Amino acid sequence: MSTQYPLTTREDRAQARRRHRRRHIAIAAVSTVVILGGLILRIVTASGWPNVRKSFFSEYWFRKAFGSVLSGFWTDVRMFLVIEVCVLALGLLIALIRTFPVPALYPVRLLATVFVDVMRGIPTILLIFLIGFSVPALNLSGVPTSAVVLGGIALAMNYSAYVSEVFRAGLMSVHPSQGSAGLALGLTPAQTLRHVIVPQAVGRVIPPLLNDFIALQKDVALVSTLGVFEAFRAAQIVADQNFNYTPLLAAAALYLCVTIPMTRFVDHLQWRTIRERGPALALGPR
Amino acid sequence: MSGVEAHGPVATGAPAGAPVLEIRGVTKCYGENEVLKGIDLTVGEHEAVALIGASGSGKSTLLRCIDLLEEIDDGDIFLDGEPITVPGMNPVPVRRKLGLVFQSFNLFPHMRVLDNVTLGAVRGQKMPAAEAREAGTELLARFGLEHRAREYPDKLSGGQQQRVAIARAMLTRPRALLLDEVTSALDPELVGEVLELIRELKLGGMTMILATHEMSFARDVADQVCFLEDGRIVEHGSPEQILSEPREAATQRFLRRLIDAHRL
Repeated sequence: MSTQYPLTTREDRAQARRRHRRRHIAIAAVSTVVILGGLILRIVTASGWPNVRKSFFSEYWFRKAFGSVLSGFWTDVRMFLVIEVCVLALGLLIALIRTFPVPALYPVRLLATVFVDVMRGIPTILLIFLIGFSVPALNLSGVPTSAVVLGGIALAMNYSAYVSEVFRAGLMSVHPSQGSAGLALGLTPAQTLRHVIVPQAVGRVIPPLLNDFIALQKDVALVSTLGVFEAFRAAQIVADQNFNYTPLLAAAALYLCVTIPMTRFVDHLQWRTIRERGPALALGPR
Repeated sequence: MSGVEAHGPVATGAPAGAPVLEIRGVTKCYGENEVLKGIDLTVGEHEAVALIGASGSGKSTLLRCIDLLEEIDDGDIFLDGEPITVPGMNPVPVRRKLGLVFQSFNLFPHMRVLDNVTLGAVRGQKMPAAEAREAGTELLARFGLEHRAREYPDKLSGGQQQRVAIARAMLTRPRALLLDEVTSALDPELVGEVLELIRELKLGGMTMILATHEMSFARDVADQVCFLEDGRIVEHGSPEQILSEPREAATQRFLRRLIDAHRL
């Protein structure tokens, strides 16, 4: 019996790929409907659902509280914008000090290491309490006592520690031969950092950096514990006075308005990298 | 591609007739491991010296020591008669007078080709940006790369990337060019264009030290050939003598291995 070559034709392969794709789409569609539908069904048939619906999903209270929550949210926005700038600067500075040891700066490097260890090790809310309540108690003149500023400082310190590690990973990912090339061109070490190393490092860590910023934007709500009037606090006030939690939902919606576009943007950046470079591991038919 | 002219009457402050580079008893250790064991070498104006030898013989380390990317442990190096390896000396002005080209190009991937070429002139030498761009464009044109000036390096072939790297090292008109196995990372069919460019530079009077595995090229371009083994210059002479009638057994063994591998 003679075998016909080729065993599989171009058409066979194309068909197999189409089959494969159709099956994938079908599986995805069915599993989405089953899981989401089942979940929604479970919730709305629960015995407590009518109560939850009244106290969390009341259109009346949503409208009533929205203005106040929005004005509180404006404080959040201003805070995280300022904090993010501080975090970028301080985080990069710490990363540079820790990555490129200069003998004369040894004490500074030690300080930077201790700073990162401590700041990363303390729960954010605890740090906000510590700074927010201890600094005003010092009664020092010229030291800020405003809760917004102190809460902001606490968050900036906390996030600088995280972000410095992100920057450090980026700096360490640039091959030493790039530094050699910069020096060989007659650049000073500082110029080599500024024009050769840092731009490449920052470019690589933008997605994880934005990730930390998304986390920061939400954690700004923690300064409400110092009595700062921001979105969460505003919602809480209305909720507590009226025994209705819908205002919290309004605050959540406002946070999402900022974090979701940013999350999508990070995703887009990561997909772009995958498209340009391919995934680290290719699975299934291409 | 026309030849790139040698330096004009640049004031170097050097005594007349002094060699461009003088290397005296240079020793370099990495921990316990001595990778250069007393190297002596003199490179005159317009001269090309080829360093040959197996991988790990110290060729690259010697070039990195000359460009002050590595600190030597003993000996002296003189550039235009001035010592450049005095402890505590600022290496930056010395590096500006030398050009180093790497085996793996080491172009800056985040900068366009022209910006790669002009970075050293603009930031190091404080040349006005417009002037540097003009000089860089002209140099790229001479190297046959003007159409690539606006692209990012990773869009270029290996041979083109290495020619950009040479242009980058040449823009600041170095006193000597240090070429570290500049064709070793290239596909065989791309080696020729890079060697041709170096030949042009040599004809234009550029002083150079080149570590190379291309023996026929060394024979062609170099005025002197040094065979390095285990951190020492084992044999040193004219290309004809070293490559055709090596006296030392070690040199003979090295060349024999190349012939067996069809590399000579």
